[in-house]
Amino acid sequence: MPRDAPALSAAGAAARTRHILPRDAGWYGLLLPAFLLMTVLYVAPILQVLAISVTEPVPGFGNYERLFTNAGVQRVIGTTLRICLITTAVALLLGYVLSYVITLATPRAQRWWLLAVLVPLWISVLVRAFAWVTLLRRQGLVNEGLQAVGLIEEPLRLVWNEFGIVIGMVHYMVPYAVLPMLAAMREIDPRLLAAARGLGASRFAVFSRVFLPLSAPGLVAAGVLVFIFSLGFYITPAILGGGKTLMAAEWIKLQILDLVRWGMGAMLATVLVVTILVTLAIFSRVVDLRRVFGGGH
Amino acid sequence: MGGYASGPFARTVAWATVIYLVLPISIVIPVSLTDRRYLSLPEEGLSFQHYANLLTSEAWLGAIWQSLWIAIASTLIAVAAGTLCAIGCWRLGRRSTELVRAMMLLPLIIPSIVYAVGLYRWFGMLDLLDRFMGVTLAHGVTGIPYVVITVSTALAAFDPRLEQAARGMGASLLQTLRWVILPRIMPGIASGAIFAFIHSWDELVLVLFIASRQVFTLPRKIWDGVNENLDPSMAAVAVLLILLTILLLMLDGALRARRDR
Repeated sequence: MPRDAPALSAAGAAARTRHILPRDAGWYGLLLPAFLLMTVLYVAPILQVLAISVTEPVPGFGNYERLFTNAGVQRVIGTTLRICLITTAVALLLGYVLSYVITLATPRAQRWWLLAVLVPLWISVLVRAFAWVTLLRRQGLVNEGLQAVGLIEEPLRLVWNEFGIVIGMVHYMVPYAVLPMLAAMREIDPRLLAAARGLGASRFAVFSRVFLPLSAPGLVAAGVLVFIFSLGFYITPAILGGGKTLMAAEWIKLQILDLVRWGMGAMLATVLVVTILVTLAIFSRVVDLRRVFGGGH
Repeated sequence: MGGYASGPFARTVAWATVIYLVLPISIVIPVSLTDRRYLSLPEEGLSFQHYANLLTSEAWLGAIWQSLWIAIASTLIAVAAGTLCAIGCWRLGRRSTELVRAMMLLPLIIPSIVYAVGLYRWFGMLDLLDRFMGVTLAHGVTGIPYVVITVSTALAAFDPRLEQAARGMGASLLQTLRWVILPRIMPGIASGAIFAFIHSWDELVLVLFIASRQVFTLPRKIWDGVNENLDPSMAAVAVLLILLTILLLMLDGALRARRDR
């Protein structure tokens, strides 16, 4: 291949290890556009955030010291962790039962169940947050309905607080919980369940001693995924929290756009990224992102 | 499944969950048809006035057009870069491309708020703030993962010996790509394009930071609407967006069905 030869010598064959054949140079070339775009337009800006967190307003770890001294930052971190843990727990619970039922359904029914999970997954987050506001606000459909029936006298406070945030976030996360769990459950041999039942195990025993242990890896993967997605979530908490309950992402936005305190905003952003990467590294063996985003098939 | 069915308790919870997932979204349909001037269910009759308002409002139409162009342009970037990268990684093998593949997944893992903050400063230096070009590049880069994943999935089913045979018979790399590899993975590329398009079309967090007046996308307009004046034309936009998403997902489903056959 005469055309590849000069490219190879130019790229410096000496820098490569011996087992890579000369003709591979062209294939490395295919990686180049994505690699360059990613480096210049994605990785560089993010590294800059990390840099800002230790250089502004003055060089040093002053911004990180505030993690231990500033009550405001601590409250935001506490709120974020609390909401994320509640969201993860509820989304896992609902998602698990849903995946269980989908796994055991007939192929025809499975298609319908999957549709009900996948369509909400791809519908705009903004549209969903708007729908929840329509339903849950003071003069919203839920409150008006309950008042019309006479169940409540005063409108309930369902939104613009933590309750509203959790409702909206769980709604967003259930599909993300279902996909990895469903993938794990589909690998369980259904004959095992029938056999256990045939050997005299109760329904509960079949579930707790056969199905649950076999589906545990999927459960962990889903938990990690939902938790790390929840940590940096912006739109739903911002709309359904109404500016009163601040989570990490909204606090970062406030620091940068409204208060112009770059150092503090970049500091919490860095903490967020490090937390997510460490969590992912710990569980890297059970979480396969490709599987989750493969479109759910 | 093998004669073993789920019990009544599990079924009840599963049904309740699906209703929780679907019902709140579908509530915007009747609300968008209300005959009132405020957010409510229709009282005396159905009315399409809010759709009419929407489709004659220059502000909304302008936002829709801008979003559409940005989504198309950024999808092109994501598809070109993502497809080539996925093919390169596939051919070079898992071990030598480990780092590149991990890098391509970063935008799915790192919260967009962090990227938005970084980009705000970065684009300020490059003079790309509030520019069509800036938003397009940002959406294009963050759309790459969707394309890499769907194309990699398509390549997993592709017999590598076909590529070797083509090369062995003297086809150049470009010829092999054009005539052997690309035709076989077209459905995967199309799926990736659909998801990259939806990603850009819905993206808000980046836009909040790197665009202000010149570039005003549809999600930005909806965001302002939700925070300032909740009126039924918002519900009409929501319905149109839901229909578009369902349409694109059906298109994707049709492509997958064709591939699997």
